[in-house]
Amino acid sequence: MTRIDTNPGGARSAVTVRGLVKHYGETKALDGVDLDVREGTVMGVLGPNGAGKTTLVRILCTLLAADAGQATVAGYDVVRQPRQLRRVIGLTGQYASVDEKLPGWENLYMIGRLLDLSRKESRARADELLERFSLTEAARRPAATYSGGMRRRLDLAASMIGRPTVLFLDEPTTGLDPRTRNEVWDEVKTMVGDGVTVVLTTQYMEEAEQLASELTVVDRGRVIAGGEIEELKAKVGGRTLRIRPADPLQLRPLAGWIDELGITGLATTVADTERGSLLVPVLSDEQLTAVVGAVTARGVTLSSLTTELPSLDEVFLSLTGHRASAPQDTVPADDREEVAV
Amino acid sequence: MSAATISAADTRIPLRSHLRHTGALIRRNLLWIRQDPESMFDAILFPVIFTLLFVYVFGGSIGQSLGGGQEAYVQYVVPGLLAMMGMNMAQGVGTGFNTDFNSGVMDRFRSLPIGRGSVLFAKIVVELMRMLVACVILMVVAVLVGFDITHWPGLFAAVGLATVFGSALMWVFLTLGVVMKSAQSVQAMGFLVLMPLQFGSSIFAPTASMPGWLQNFTEYNPLSSLADAARGLMVGGPVAHGLWVTLAWSVGLTAVMAPVAIHKFRTKN
Repeated sequence: MTRIDTNPGGARSAVTVRGLVKHYGETKALDGVDLDVREGTVMGVLGPNGAGKTTLVRILCTLLAADAGQATVAGYDVVRQPRQLRRVIGLTGQYASVDEKLPGWENLYMIGRLLDLSRKESRARADELLERFSLTEAARRPAATYSGGMRRRLDLAASMIGRPTVLFLDEPTTGLDPRTRNEVWDEVKTMVGDGVTVVLTTQYMEEAEQLASELTVVDRGRVIAGGEIEELKAKVGGRTLRIRPADPLQLRPLAGWIDELGITGLATTVADTERGSLLVPVLSDEQLTAVVGAVTARGVTLSSLTTELPSLDEVFLSLTGHRASAPQDTVPADDREEVAV
Repeated sequence: MSAATISAADTRIPLRSHLRHTGALIRRNLLWIRQDPESMFDAILFPVIFTLLFVYVFGGSIGQSLGGGQEAYVQYVVPGLLAMMGMNMAQGVGTGFNTDFNSGVMDRFRSLPIGRGSVLFAKIVVELMRMLVACVILMVVAVLVGFDITHWPGLFAAVGLATVFGSALMWVFLTLGVVMKSAQSVQAMGFLVLMPLQFGSSIFAPTASMPGWLQNFTEYNPLSSLADAARGLMVGGPVAHGLWVTLAWSVGLTAVMAPVAIHKFRTKN
């Protein structure tokens, strides 16, 4: 924590962003974003749909030109040194960026050749990465026949062909079921173990908690908070109270009832039906006591009671005043769609 | 690290790398055909259907005005159909590329350190291969319905010229493919532009009986020039005028549209 960076923007910083602005007509997708990602760390960029996450990643990958501001990745300027920059990055987009008509092996071989590997190297790398991402058996099948999780794994493998030093993962698990999501997380953790710097955008609190060491919270094109995840949580204050009523049928009615009492934190009370417990955001010991008191006064028997760190949902609410996961139907599915508006 | 030296080193991609990248992307497009052989249907069926249709439906009556019969029309229309081949392929490349562009893989290509032209060059090379297949099939069908190949070098020259003009048209349609929102609109646009060019030409019938204003139009219609030149090369007759007009159009279209296509490809969000 006390480490002084004597060379800011130099070798230690894998990604440096200063005052990045991008407009789509009237919409400000990015409104002066600053970001520093240290080498070898995983930076989570957390925000709801339309916050500007994808726009940021696309600018850093040289797919999109910013209107103002500067950005360097691995020391290369996104505007002046795009080719050198492209050589050291890997990108896994929101939508699988593989050629669905080509077999998995051919996808990886092609990318090897496009990265100037020799035929022999490209073949070896394709074999090696298919093996590593457990796709060897599907190597000769068109990617279109793959399941969602397999496609994401192929996508990750494709991003790793050039041994990138900075990897951009733009919502790598959006649209995946929870089990497949865990698979992808495991793969990402392995990649991080290899010393790659990762910039991960996500709307999932759990994903950021699982993968990222530091977090930048973005909302409507602005950075509204940043720091280590634990730090951010401390800044918000409060805890999550987890209580388990003896009768699981009471979960949902109880959650609504507790919220109506108005003695809890900003986030809503969540019923975790899987574990049969309620997650109640509380900001102080007084609130905690009041909740437990109210529940027992209602005649509910509790079989267990614990406190946890506040959820990132709570973090987001206290920082922005609105929920992190905006309703899917009222917000564009991704930043790109704003262009069409 | 001065900015100037960085930029100079940054923009240069060695020719060998360009060839390697284009080669890898050609392989991709060829694998598509292997994966989906039906995509060759247009290249195979178009020459068959058009040749049979025009020779047997219009051949008799137009042939009469040519001072012969159906046989005379075969000699007339086959070079015209050859001229049309590039146009057909070009239209397909626009719609295909639009679909391709809207898939995620383009983001990956654009985030790789490759020349922006290579994706487009590869597409054009593969389409020209398909066009050559279509030309071979056209000539086989043509011979079966009675076309007389009198002059082989002329035939090859005509195919070469059609290929040159075809590649020029492909740049136009690649641009449309990148710029327009959907494959359907590319197709509709192509139809609107090409329909008058195709029929307001000497491809299917001599222009002498057309009204004056239309004759003026055909005079500068590159498809007319190409058809005339191909006719001259394949069955005899004047070549020079058609050849020069076609080459001028080809060079002009390529010089303007290739940079535009590459630029649009590079800067599209």
